[in-house]
Amino acid sequence: MAHPRHGSMLSFGGGPNNTTPSEKPLFQNAPISTASQSSPGLRVPSNRKTIYDRHLNRSRNAELSRASFAFLFSEMVTYAQRRVTGIQDLERRLNEQGYPLGLRLLDLLFYRTIAGSSSSSSASALSTSSTTSSPPNRPLRILPLLHLIHGPLWRLLFNRPADALEHSVSPDTPNEYMITDNDPMVNTYISVPREMSMLNCAAFVAGIIEGVCDGCGFEAKVSAHNQPSEMWPGRTVFLLRFGESVMEREVVLEKAGVK
Amino acid sequence: MSSTTKTARIGEELWKTRVDKVNAELVTLTYGTIVAQLCQDYDGDYTEVNKQLDKMGYNIGLRLIEDFLARSNVGRCANFRETADMVAKVGFKMFLNISPTVTNWTSDNNQFSLIFEENPLADFVELPDDGRSQDELWFSNILCGVLRGALEMVQMQIDAHFVSDILRGDDTTEMRVSLVRYIEDEMPPDEE
Repeated sequence: MAHPRHGSMLSFGGGPNNTTPSEKPLFQNAPISTASQSSPGLRVPSNRKTIYDRHLNRSRNAELSRASFAFLFSEMVTYAQRRVTGIQDLERRLNEQGYPLGLRLLDLLFYRTIAGSSSSSSASALSTSSTTSSPPNRPLRILPLLHLIHGPLWRLLFNRPADALEHSVSPDTPNEYMITDNDPMVNTYISVPREMSMLNCAAFVAGIIEGVCDGCGFEAKVSAHNQPSEMWPGRTVFLLRFGESVMEREVVLEKAGVK
Repeated sequence: MSSTTKTARIGEELWKTRVDKVNAELVTLTYGTIVAQLCQDYDGDYTEVNKQLDKMGYNIGLRLIEDFLARSNVGRCANFRETADMVAKVGFKMFLNISPTVTNWTSDNNQFSLIFEENPLADFVELPDDGRSQDELWFSNILCGVLRGALEMVQMQIDAHFVSDILRGDDTTEMRVSLVRYIEDEMPPDEE
């Protein structure tokens, strides 16, 4: 099965591919499609305040106002809404916006969990959740990957782990897993109009998860669904559906005793 | 104690006590993804991207001022100099946890610069090496719009634009802000 998006990530600069963003948080990559033949190189400030001169952990525990996030996110949703045909299309677009974040956060997570394994809380969480001891490796099996998302990723983004992790009970869909967030931070200030009640703007977060999965080599489709409960009206379930190739590999790895 | 330091204290205090926080990197990356999406949608037409960012910022500013006033509980500024300090030391502090320097006033006190030592929006960012972006894109242009929108709601029409940006290879990141006019209270249109 093809990995269209992951493929484009691996071949940055290889052409006008779909999801090649033009600016690169975390890592710089090749330019967007145009005029790469005579690239003159970027100018840098003489005081060398470039991303290469700053420590990647500098912003690790930094905080910003939640209102700022809410304002930006609402502009993102409003902007996306202007260019779509329906709810599904809107969610697809939000998903696409989250996807590149996932790819980058993945590298950041590994970098941090390995570099600071003695002091960081996320590192200890990772080593307790995966079966191997530190330094943590890239997950090879689905379960460690899910723990990585449920714990360290969620903590990095929202300062707390997700609320539940479940495997589909249906024998027809062994490739489906669910991660639950009782009260997604991204939806805090969003009120969805009644006629769009299906919409869940946490599709953006679903995109982040999808990016993390793809970046790890686990091809997956991730979507966000409203599952309100009495206590948690905003409860959201992220449904992860892994591709056939991933499931086949799981079987092989299980036989080989890889954890 | 100068009034600037006093204002700075207010900002510090508000940031510590009245502001709900979120992980900074989430904000940074979310903003990055917005700009990246615009660059993609407008096919690398950076002039248009600047314009869109400014527009988004304006929409934010119109609403942000409410949040600012409600949380800060500060009174009306007596003059544009006070406004500048309030924007830099309280506004930017509350929403981005930075305090840009106010400087380069014109003699009529109607124009100043904000110098950004830090800019959380631009952490992790390098502009695309396409020979154009460093000449055309103002990555943090949304901030100009925010200022324009927010100040318009308190009856100041201003113009704000970046004149330099570290991301472009400049040594500083500087925004120029000019007061165009104070907006007079207008009577509602006559019924007849």
